[in-house]
Amino acid sequence: MSDKKNQNGVQDNSRRVFLKNSGLTVGGLIVGGALGGLIGKKPGSSKPASTEPGGHQMSNSSNPSRALMYFTNQEDFSTIEAAAEQIFPKTDVGPGAKDLDVAYYIDHQLAGNWGLNTKEYMSGPFSLADSVPELGYQTHLKRHEIFDLGIQALNSTAQKKHKKKFHELEGDQQVAILKDFEADKVKLNGATSASNFFGLLRKATIEGVYADPMYGGNKDMAGWKMKNFPGHQMSYKDIIEKDSFVKMDPKSLSSM
Amino acid sequence: MAKKLPKTDIVTVGVGWVGGIIASELTKKGYKVVGLERGKSRSTQDYLKVHDELRYAQRYELMQDLSRETVTIRHNLKQKALPYREWGSFLFGDGLGGSGVHWNGQTYLFLPYDFEIYSKTVEHYGKNKIPKGMTIQDWGITHDELLPYYNQFLKMSGISGEPNPLKGSPQYKYPTKPMLESSEMKLFKDAASKLGYHPYSMPSANLSENYTNPDNISRGACQYCGFCERFGCEYGAKADPVVTVLPVAEKTGKYELRTHSVVRKVLHSGGKATGVLYVDTRTGEEYIQEAEVVVLSAYQMNNVKIMLNSKLGKPYDPKTGQGVIGKNYAYQVNFGGSTGFFDKEYNVFAGAGALGANLDDFNGDFFDHSDLNFIHGANVRIGKSGNRPIQNNAVPAGTPSWGKEFKDASIKYANRTISVGAQGASMPWADNYLDLDPTYKDAFGDPLVRMTFNWKDQDKQLGKYLGEKTAGILKEMGASKVNQGGQKVGDYDIRNYQSTHNTGGSIMGADPETSALNNYLQMWDCENVFSAGANAFGHNSGYNPTGTVGALAYRAAEGIEKYLKKGGSLA
Ligand SMILES: Cc1cc2nc3c(=O)[nH]c(=O)nc-3n(C[C@H](O)[C@H](O)[C@H](O)COP(=O)(O)OP(=O)(O)OC[C@H]3O[C@@H](n4cnc5c(N)ncnc54)[C@H](O)[C@@H]3O)c2cc1C
Ligand code: SF4
Repeated sequence: MSDKKNQNGVQDNSRRVFLKNSGLTVGGLIVGGALGGLIGKKPGSSKPASTEPGGHQMSNSSNPSRALMYFTNQEDFSTIEAAAEQIFPKTDVGPGAKDLDVAYYIDHQLAGNWGLNTKEYMSGPFSLADSVPELGYQTHLKRHEIFDLGIQALNSTAQKKHKKKFHELEGDQQVAILKDFEADKVKLNGATSASNFFGLLRKATIEGVYADPMYGGNKDMAGWKMKNFPGHQMSYKDIIEKDSFVKMDPKSLSSM
Repeated sequence: MAKKLPKTDIVTVGVGWVGGIIASELTKKGYKVVGLERGKSRSTQDYLKVHDELRYAQRYELMQDLSRETVTIRHNLKQKALPYREWGSFLFGDGLGGSGVHWNGQTYLFLPYDFEIYSKTVEHYGKNKIPKGMTIQDWGITHDELLPYYNQFLKMSGISGEPNPLKGSPQYKYPTKPMLESSEMKLFKDAASKLGYHPYSMPSANLSENYTNPDNISRGACQYCGFCERFGCEYGAKADPVVTVLPVAEKTGKYELRTHSVVRKVLHSGGKATGVLYVDTRTGEEYIQEAEVVVLSAYQMNNVKIMLNSKLGKPYDPKTGQGVIGKNYAYQVNFGGSTGFFDKEYNVFAGAGALGANLDDFNGDFFDHSDLNFIHGANVRIGKSGNRPIQNNAVPAGTPSWGKEFKDASIKYANRTISVGAQGASMPWADNYLDLDPTYKDAFGDPLVRMTFNWKDQDKQLGKYLGEKTAGILKEMGASKVNQGGQKVGDYDIRNYQSTHNTGGSIMGADPETSALNNYLQMWDCENVFSAGANAFGHNSGYNPTGTVGALAYRAAEGIEKYLKKGGSLA
């Protein structure tokens, strides 16, 4: 099916070329702002928008998103890496969280707005005692603090059960501990629950598999490739009525 | 001390669809309009990197900053309400164009039945059909009276669609042809027809073709890019206030837009508003904008909040049933949808916000409710908005939600999942209502809105019935496995997105004792305050709200002009 990858008529990565070819004009007017602004501009003239196609390809050693922004020690990082791998493991179908750099994604998210709850209502009073699950997030703890507590608890549980650190355990031992977390059979030493932490970890893991690679995960767009998701494309107008599945090489945001 | 600014004819509190329509209609007539918008300005130029699922869909780039303002929620009068701390069940817009920027564009008008729901229910089934505590009432306007305004909204935004083949359903003339039909839509239409239902293409504000509207605004056709709901349209193909009505207002020279301006209160004395108090969030300074007419166009929930905090109208009391502000809050019964898993792969990543097919055989009163223990129903639909990979990881029931089995199934079915949704109507109840929270405050120290809301038996019965229908359609479509919806429903759960179709709270009607607004959307208790958001809906239908919000905004614009000419109450 790979011969069909250009069926949507978009051969070039640049939005400028797309606009010229797409007939997106009404009475000679160019419609579409982000695109209209690009037409007529020479490649690379003023806006950094027109970077080289395929600029994403990086070798592992020089991958800048492998620097840590949140975790301050190897053990915390390894704990999250191991836990994420159990949530989204490597299988015959394709790579798992570890090979997709999901732990780096989680690290970056914990260091930013999401980890710090900057866009959430975090004013008190906090009434954990009055809360029911259906009414959602009700702890004063920020997400990065919940992760800290969760990591601690993963390791102390591993220590208690197997006298080892979490990331040193066998896969099925890790899975058993994570199941206990999901079912709230473990108590976290703070104003949150193990299942809360597990929920955040699961959510962040899935995001790290499938978010644009610029966030540090989804390495080489391998998450998208597994799912046959084409990433960031300009248009599916030409395939929308097709009955057969159209396979396309995915594009990341850095390729436009 | 707040600084007083020179008086204008009209000030709008918020600049989304309602604020935009009011601005374009009244500036065209020569009136001076000031638009106050709490968020920032934006245009299609700002969507350079908009196809970013994490930033826009998961991290809510275009939504209200909850750290400044949210609502509190409880399930019943006895509970303590707790803040809605992170986004889940519904999302409020922020910035120029409001939610009109990141909506899908699924555009309907409510049914004739909706506007006279009380009378028609009694007429068809008798008074006993209405359970104790259900506070449905007629809207004080009929579908036919609203039709011209609806047509104005259809033409302005260029709605693409085809006639509804269901006998007795209202017929609209759509200005542009229907959207392209995908193979999933065809599958749905064929299966539904075989079952004797009446499918048709979803009416869409994502233009099916290049279009120039009566205001001479030209826009290009939709590219089916799959990044529509929660995103802005880089092509301007999706009708939003920024690419339709606001340029019209600006061109008149009569419009003044002030962004970063949060309105805290409407100032009034002796039954008339004098203006609004607002804060410039960049300088921190307070201003009073005086105006002949104040339009509350800050979205349903915020409109109710501002009315309550401004002491406009009589607050509703759920114990006595007296008062009107906060009354008849309703939502959408969205749990009757089902998900089908197919052997064949579909191009599920492609789509547009309002691309899909639907049927009304189980909506309104198109089917007999004599033996059913609910009223109204749902628009049943397949939406093809483009499945993005973080948000869509459906697996057949019984599959674990993480680990090897989950991973392999979520990938296997990534392009083999089709959902049939049911957008169920939500009825108002005496104890589902809005008031001010006694504890929690916004960034300015004003009380938050407190929502008291839970599902009732009517909702559960409706959801169960719809689950059977949607699962039935998926089986007919050839799904190998179906997760049937609506079978087990607990308390209202705010953690999962359902829909931003919050309605009611200051409803329109024919009687000042039982409604907050007359049928020109003018406040009974304050004749120069108008409000045309979904807060005016007496209940919520089995459709998305914005077509009706748009129509009511055109109706309000006409009312405001009448008021400015002759004053007084228009009803
Ligand atoms: C993700 C999503 C998808 C949707 N899809 C659909 C759909 O397909 N079909 C449909 O019919 N409807 C849909 N809706 C609903 C639709 O967006 C709303 O019905 C519509 O936008 C309401 O218009 P409005 O003008 O009342 O409010 P809004 O568009 O929300 O505009 C209100 C404006 O007021 C501003 N504001 C609020 N408070 C203040 C204040 N105190 N001071 C100053 N400014 C203030 C806000 O920042 C905002 O810009 C969707 C909504 C969401 C969130
Ligand atoms: S699907 Fe169509 S209308 Fe929606 S954002 Fe993409 S191009 Fe615009």
